[in-house]
Amino acid sequence: MANEAGAKMAGPAPLPGDPPITPELVAEHGLSPEEYERIVGILGREPTYTELGVFSALWSEHCGYKNSKPLLKLLPTQAPWVLQGPGENAGVIDIGDGYAIAFKIESHNHPSAVEPYQGAATGVGGILRDVFTMGARPIAVLDSLRFGSLDNARVRYLFAGVVKGVGDYGNCVGIPNLGGEVYFDEAYEGNPLVNAMAIGIMKKEELIRAQASGPGNPIIAVGARTGRDGIHGATFASAELGEESEDSRPQVQVGDPFTEKLLLEASLELIRSGHIVGIQDMGAAGLASSSSEMAARSGTGVDIDTALVPTREEGMTPYEILLSESQERMLVVAKAGHEDEVRKILEKWELEAAVIGRVTDDGMYRVRHNGVVVCEIPGKQLVDCPTYVREGRESEEIARLRSWDPSELDPSLEAGDPNDVALRLLSSPTIASKRWVYEQYDTTVRTNTVVGPGGDAGVLRIRGTKRGIAATVDCNGRYCYLNPRRGAMIAVAEAARNLVCVGARPRAVTNNLNFGNPHKPEVYYQLREAVLGMAEACRKFETPVTGGNVSLYNENPNGAIYPTPTIGMVGVLEDVSKHLVAGFREPGDAIILLGRNTDELGGSEYLKVIHGKVAGDAPAVDLDAEKALQEAMLELADAKLIRSAHDCAEGGLAVCLAESAVHDSERPLGVDVALDDELPWPALFFGEAQGRIVVSCAPERVEEVLAVARRHGVPAKRIGAVGPVGGRFVVTTKAGPKIDLAIADVADAYYGAIPRIMDESAATVEIDVEHAAMPR
Amino acid sequence: MRIAIVTFPGSNCDYDCYRAVKDVLGVEATYVWHRETDLGGADVVILPGGFSYGDYLRAGAIARFSPIMGAIQRFAAEGGLVLGICNGFQVLCEAGLLPGALIRNRSLKFRSMDVYLRVENASTPFTTRYREGQRLRIPIAHGEGSYIADEATLDRLEAERRVVFRYVDAKGATTDAANPNGSARNIAGIVNEGGNVLGMMPHPERAVEALLGSTDGLPLFESVIDHLAGAAR
Repeated sequence: MANEAGAKMAGPAPLPGDPPITPELVAEHGLSPEEYERIVGILGREPTYTELGVFSALWSEHCGYKNSKPLLKLLPTQAPWVLQGPGENAGVIDIGDGYAIAFKIESHNHPSAVEPYQGAATGVGGILRDVFTMGARPIAVLDSLRFGSLDNARVRYLFAGVVKGVGDYGNCVGIPNLGGEVYFDEAYEGNPLVNAMAIGIMKKEELIRAQASGPGNPIIAVGARTGRDGIHGATFASAELGEESEDSRPQVQVGDPFTEKLLLEASLELIRSGHIVGIQDMGAAGLASSSSEMAARSGTGVDIDTALVPTREEGMTPYEILLSESQERMLVVAKAGHEDEVRKILEKWELEAAVIGRVTDDGMYRVRHNGVVVCEIPGKQLVDCPTYVREGRESEEIARLRSWDPSELDPSLEAGDPNDVALRLLSSPTIASKRWVYEQYDTTVRTNTVVGPGGDAGVLRIRGTKRGIAATVDCNGRYCYLNPRRGAMIAVAEAARNLVCVGARPRAVTNNLNFGNPHKPEVYYQLREAVLGMAEACRKFETPVTGGNVSLYNENPNGAIYPTPTIGMVGVLEDVSKHLVAGFREPGDAIILLGRNTDELGGSEYLKVIHGKVAGDAPAVDLDAEKALQEAMLELADAKLIRSAHDCAEGGLAVCLAESAVHDSERPLGVDVALDDELPWPALFFGEAQGRIVVSCAPERVEEVLAVARRHGVPAKRIGAVGPVGGRFVVTTKAGPKIDLAIADVADAYYGAIPRIMDESAATVEIDVEHAAMPR
Repeated sequence: MRIAIVTFPGSNCDYDCYRAVKDVLGVEATYVWHRETDLGGADVVILPGGFSYGDYLRAGAIARFSPIMGAIQRFAAEGGLVLGICNGFQVLCEAGLLPGALIRNRSLKFRSMDVYLRVENASTPFTTRYREGQRLRIPIAHGEGSYIADEATLDRLEAERRVVFRYVDAKGATTDAANPNGSARNIAGIVNEGGNVLGMMPHPERAVEALLGSTDGLPLFESVIDHLAGAAR
């Protein structure tokens, strides 16, 4: 097909209509003058406009990790059960009995900021493709979301649109949502975070990698036609949001989950058929990145002709075809001579396919248009994005905030009413039940869901085995803002705690690093510190990072977001029938606290909601103690000694107890707890000390439970008992102050908060998202 | 005995129905691709949930033109048992096998949750294993599940005892709050005149294993098997 020798000397000539390469054009492509010089050095000549576009996309943060790669190398990535670490479409771990799971998290922050519905929907679509291109059938989606304050009408619009987008896409493809998290804080106003995680399952031997091996093998474009949508999305995602970002709406792609479903089925059938050698999503930077990355992984070259790519509109240039981010497209490398078999499978699923080129052995990334070479770049150097170690320096303002001492709080506030505080915290949208969200997500399709959203972690059974897997997404951005290293450690520790609370052993992590502009030393400092904290915790818990996503430049005119290194963690239950839930089960059961209460309020939801303060240090974290707690919890679950377990997180012990009490909203149970710690009541009730889990057990099991905790060196004590159905929620202290509420009021605050905010404003929100042409 | 599960390109509960029939009930199940024109001698046909053709236009609106629908029409006319679940119910209404239609939920939102149903008629081939008035807990997951029909049709359905399931609250009462989608008269499932075609929005195939939270859907499938065994005798 190609004559590799001929075109090399002169290089491709500009196409008619190509703009001249000026310093301004280079800057608009997000490339620095130095990077441009490097490109000229690689090529031995000026790039064409098409080549400039290809470099711009591949060398964006989104594709090339140029600011984060040196830091990401600090993360642990290996364990005996890791089958595929970072660098592929998704990480893969062995879960036993011959099965493996592929999983990954990815952000769609910028698109969701300007077009929440499609931005979120296509975020789910992209991450599903990353999983099924590994040969795994998607079995779960999780979502980690951040928005500004719900007091703001535009935030409500973004929240409603994102939730509908996540829901509609996953619902239509038929993948259950297993859980997630939603935080609301002014820091995310104008720059919401939408991180979607997907998990897929396969037999170990079905694992396939995204490679373009075997010179002469045909390269096939599959799925939706290529249009002009999303051109330079990767570059867009790698710049700050500004006033003019609304103009970037055309860079947001439109999702078609029906085609995704067809692609999913066809891809899995193709992989199982043995007719193909590699497959990859045409995601960020579309054809340009998928074709060059697949070639680079196998050390080959490619020779493709953009005129052969089926397009949605006439007259698209090679620049546009290479950089389009039209959704629901895949790039397949078939075995030479198997083209007809591949086509037959795709026809069954009513998918369009076109051979657009071949794998070559000269290592060149060569693109033609109607046979004329328009792009010729040494492939390895194209994907070898320049990386930077930037200057990091802590912001003095944040250092000052961190050193703030909670004892500076106005002592008169001590006289506040704990009942009132408890209800206000329970109805704070960050803490309140997210049922309004997950009732819009199909959580039970595929009939594997043992524990759905609303608990500590979601649990799926693995059909045909006794096993189960569990998954969670976690990160408290406020902690990371006040202390990025500690905050990241806490994110990992909390994720692990959530998994052990359902009885699953933590196994691996996928991370989504959401940060501001890394050129700012105080942002780079946060990024570095967070990665260091994450690395330390992941090492301690033996949960290597098998991949993930970096989203930088999350800023808006008011400044950077809170640093938010979201942790997606997966775990394994050897016997899924031993899973635990967060809710108390039976009146009369004993309530036991594992871990220790401390006098800490820094970074708490209490300070934020009650005192309007974001200050103090993030809670202390002791990784050894966390590890011991995890082991104790796993033993308790395995020995079937306890009936419920729930992690103590935002809102502290009082909120944890309340959540366990009202977990079954139709059968809320009373609580009768007496705390004897000598601590001020705000810290005792609402402080966010780490390393605590509230469990419940039959009264006759108490001694055995305490003995297990003792053996693991975990502090544990019986603090009270579960009350009757519809009873009172009572938590007393030695010093006198107490919480004493009707459980119905607790449940109403917790479950009613978000619907009351959202359904009152529903009319305006519905009109805004209605234009979206997606299945309902 | 063989149960056919019709698969449209966007079906996504076909697999769940297959596993429920095969693994839990131990009955032979086969997928029938929507482009087939016969049911291959199946004894029962299930139209599963999902988004048959993406359903961008209206749920089930395109699926009714599928090649397989002719065979299903004939099968139903001959008295064969047809069960349409969720999207399958929508397709049956679109195809005229059941009266009425399913429109967007009252909340205009997709709703996924466990609901309570009351068995209104325990003498259809699908419900003999239930008691009349029995309360079931079964998941729903749909955006277009609000059942509507004109008053005369609704009255006729009631008079002929063709309303099979109704949404109720935890105490078994037909309340507005217990109606998850705004369906007329809290209707969750109906049968055709012959009683051999059932359409329902809730997912009984998701309620057949205790591990997953409920086994209240199991008797529905067992009733069907009883009916076929009886017919064979």
